[in-house]
Amino acid sequence: MTKDDCKKLVLDIIADIAPDEDLTNVRPEVRLRDQLQLDSMDFLDIVMELRKRHGIEVPEADYLQLASLDSCAEYLTPKFNALPAKG
Amino acid sequence: MQPSRIVITGVGLTAPNGNSLAEFRRHLLTGVAGIERIDVRYMGSQLAGVCHYDALRYQKKKELRVGTRAGSISIYCAREALADAGVSLDTLPKDRVGIYIGCTEHGNVETENEVYSISKFNYDTKFWSHYHNPRTVANNPAGETSLNLGTTGPAYTIGAACAAGNMGLIHATQMLRLGEVDFALCGGVSESIHTFGIFAGFKSQNALATHAEPSRASRPFDRARNGIVISEGGCLYTLERLEDARARGARIYAEIAGYHVNSDASDYVLPNPQRQAECVRAALARAGLAPAGIHIVNTHATATPLGDIQECEAIRAVFGEGCPDTHINNTKSFIGHTMGAAGALELAGNLPSFDDLTVHPTINVDDLDPQCALPGLVLNQPRQVARVETILNNSFGMLGINSTLIVRRFIP
Repeated sequence: MTKDDCKKLVLDIIADIAPDEDLTNVRPEVRLRDQLQLDSMDFLDIVMELRKRHGIEVPEADYLQLASLDSCAEYLTPKFNALPAKG
Repeated sequence: MQPSRIVITGVGLTAPNGNSLAEFRRHLLTGVAGIERIDVRYMGSQLAGVCHYDALRYQKKKELRVGTRAGSISIYCAREALADAGVSLDTLPKDRVGIYIGCTEHGNVETENEVYSISKFNYDTKFWSHYHNPRTVANNPAGETSLNLGTTGPAYTIGAACAAGNMGLIHATQMLRLGEVDFALCGGVSESIHTFGIFAGFKSQNALATHAEPSRASRPFDRARNGIVISEGGCLYTLERLEDARARGARIYAEIAGYHVNSDASDYVLPNPQRQAECVRAALARAGLAPAGIHIVNTHATATPLGDIQECEAIRAVFGEGCPDTHINNTKSFIGHTMGAAGALELAGNLPSFDDLTVHPTINVDDLDPQCALPGLVLNQPRQVARVETILNNSFGMLGINSTLIVRRFIP
């Protein structure tokens, strides 16, 4: 998985949890909270959906790593790539 | 000191057969029921009353995703009631607005959904939603409404089983009279069709209606009635002290004339006609009315074989034969049992009678049960009457809670 693939998966999740938001021009380097209407419960949604959809765990101490799309990609791409290959 | 006069100045509702008072009333006068078949988890196809209001009229998609159906119904009804009352949130002192919403129950839907959701993950509770608690707290529907409206006065629910819709109005009346708030949004809501538990529970009680034709399934007082049709719905009113309503030139639908609430203290589920009759008599006494002074009695009857007979016994005991101008009807025959919304919706369905002097009927009575043959029962067709000055609305609930609310035509 590339970092761009990872950003796409995160955006897919955000599209579901923030259905009123226009995600066409999300800037990857800017904090998500600074450009979208997202609150702390929404970030818990992102954590939950990563767990449900992809089996990825984000410990509370690492939540700050989800601040922007770029930081999400930095943090999550290795986790995706470390997942056991699907049969 | 005389208590303040309290008046109804706005109505917002969603029922299985209408999303405004005008549409609801039109369907009650033209025999249009609102029952359909839905798929219920674990149980398959069941009869239910489903509301088809436009949820996105007053909520964003995210609010709908995060919130509950009961919250959404409450918000729709509250916004519609405010619009109907001609009140702008910009001019209302937000800390003086009370929101009092009757609920039969709350939280079953959301808990069932979560249990079902984690069943897909081998019941691992780390997949349990962080929204579970805000969705299931008992004040949820009122709290969601205050969030949506931005009002900062008291907002809570009143748990009163199927007496809850009346209780919302009664409680609001009390709070206005106490001076706790200056403006109230009140009534009742239900999201009950989204929990399989209520269907399964009534089925286990042998109290869940079945019928080949959905629109004919809810049939109070008919000999072939065989139980309750479960429905969702909501109805919220704006209530104000008369002087406040007058000061802003509000249209007044009706005045709260009297009410009473009591408890059977006799059984978990079986009604108690003696206590019901006591409740009705106490409400009449508070209103300063004799039974013959009531022109419409809207019954609670849910179409269970025993419950209908017992309510009829209570009504017969109070109204008997000496009330030639008292007409008796039932709204559940159209919309099923909207649980916490029932009392509020059923009152709303009758309010227009003050203007059109027409009593909506009880439909689906092909073969009147002799034990339910009350004088004054309005069967199958609306009845034009000479006078409608007062409406008495009964709503009773499990664990033996009884509520009676009386409204009268507003006369300055």
